[in-house]
Amino acid sequence: MSRLVVASIGPASSVQDGGRPGSQRYGLTPSGAMDRLALAAANCLVGNEPFAAGVEIGPFGASFTARDGAVRVALAGAPRNADIAGRAVAFDSSVTLKDGETLTLGFARGGAFSYLAIEGGIQGEPVFGSLAVNARAGLGSPYPRPLLAGDEFTVDAASGASELRIELPKPVAGPIRVVLGPQDDEFDDANKALFLASEWKISPTSDRMGYRLEGPAIKHLHGHNIVSDGTVNGSIQVPGNGAPIALMMDRGTSGGYPKIATVITADFGRLAQTSAGTAFRFKQVTMAEAQDEARKFAQLIRSLPDRLRSADTVALNIEALQDANVAGYAVSAIDAGTWQVSAEP
Amino acid sequence: MAATLPPPRLLPSGDSAVTVEFSRTIDDDANQRVLALDKALAAASIDGITESVPTYRSLLVHYDPGRIGFDALSDKLLALASQPLPPSVKARRWRIPVAYGGEHGVDLEDVAKALNTTPDDIVARHVAGDYRVAMIGFTPGWSYLSGLEKSLHMPRRKNPRLLTPAGTISIGGIQTGIQCLAGPSGWHLLGRTPVRTYQLHRNPTFLTEPGDRVTFFAIDHKTFAEQDRAAEAGELIAEQVAS
Repeated sequence: MSRLVVASIGPASSVQDGGRPGSQRYGLTPSGAMDRLALAAANCLVGNEPFAAGVEIGPFGASFTARDGAVRVALAGAPRNADIAGRAVAFDSSVTLKDGETLTLGFARGGAFSYLAIEGGIQGEPVFGSLAVNARAGLGSPYPRPLLAGDEFTVDAASGASELRIELPKPVAGPIRVVLGPQDDEFDDANKALFLASEWKISPTSDRMGYRLEGPAIKHLHGHNIVSDGTVNGSIQVPGNGAPIALMMDRGTSGGYPKIATVITADFGRLAQTSAGTAFRFKQVTMAEAQDEARKFAQLIRSLPDRLRSADTVALNIEALQDANVAGYAVSAIDAGTWQVSAEP
Repeated sequence: MAATLPPPRLLPSGDSAVTVEFSRTIDDDANQRVLALDKALAAASIDGITESVPTYRSLLVHYDPGRIGFDALSDKLLALASQPLPPSVKARRWRIPVAYGGEHGVDLEDVAKALNTTPDDIVARHVAGDYRVAMIGFTPGWSYLSGLEKSLHMPRRKNPRLLTPAGTISIGGIQTGIQCLAGPSGWHLLGRTPVRTYQLHRNPTFLTEPGDRVTFFAIDHKTFAEQDRAAEAGELIAEQVAS
């Protein structure tokens, strides 16, 4: 066994996996990764099940050191500068840390959460089938709380498998899609239109429980108290002050404010990755469209293993481009996106 | 002669859940229908349904749209909800000890003042109640009880407390409740119970189920301390009695 030591880490970073659904009737929030696609992509790169536990890294920097042997990891999600001893490390790729080496990550650029998957997963004691941290309920393993510097994971020694990259479809740009309801009839047409037409920003006071939205005040038709009922990931509730809150992975299982709309499954991760202060809009779609998108999203996650490529196939292009003096950055021949080049042989 | 039950409203909660709403208000008949549909749904084992969450007045049904679509599921839910209510099954009943007032119930005196009576009278009214677990929600084990006597109905606090103790027994609006974990609350704190409605490594992990009956009885603070230690070690403390 090797160890992966958290050498430094910012707030809002924790172990997350697919969560623990099934006990919401007892008030137990499922929790789990804010961006499920990114977690699944990272896991896929190191041969794990898509929703195995990985490290969800909040917007600030972090560093991880391999001890007692090599550790193979993969990064996905919000891009950030990443290097091992000065060698740049690519996102959406696997990389092996030699014993004693440190992977250093900068602040998230254009997003909120990055995911570090570890080959073989994280050792811990699952509760209700999950290692996911739910700090309020004191759940999560190996640490039932956000990560702190000095924490460490017992992990498999690196297999020595050749490194991979994964070809993900370009993120969809544009508004976050919602279906109206369940309590859209608690708002008049003008306020529903205001919600759908306005520009919103996520407040810096947001967290894994909820994203507070800054924009115009949305007024209720009959007041803001309803009898508590069940919530889902992406429920957008409107409390008394009219500032909507999108409920995220650590939401309470029930809530007593009217919910004007619900973010569709396929766009939940995009909302989760919208950083504080970034302007965005919502767009109403039909149930048929939302369910069609949910099925496509599930299919995308199932297709991840087919999207793996040998890291070498890029290296050839990188060499050509480096010869052309594009120092440190490469333009992918495949999707014309730009990423940082690993100098790993 | 069975009257036809009015159909519930089906409210979409995104693309993977639907709220089956029987009433907009807290209503015991609606809650009975919620719990009956929850049972019927479990028995029907419809492919694609992943989880159901009963609340006071509605049943939230989570499903996988890759296995069943909104329209097909709606038809099945409406059919199940139109079935006559099954004869009421004998519910479990829990007797829950409570240390009222003092440090364990910091709002007891204020509640008594607001209702022009004594703390003892508030306790007498609260233990006289015959309650039902209408729903469990917000945090693990937080059991919302219906059946609070009208004279104890009070608006919630204007300023919710950010931290209230584990085991708090409180009243808010027309409800009373058993709060398991420490956390925020806007309700009025009458006392504390040593009973854990949720305890991770105990069997059962969750003590209460929606539909269970609950009555409270007063214990002194010394008994609370003893029972709290026993509960921490994994004892249930709560007594289950024939309903």
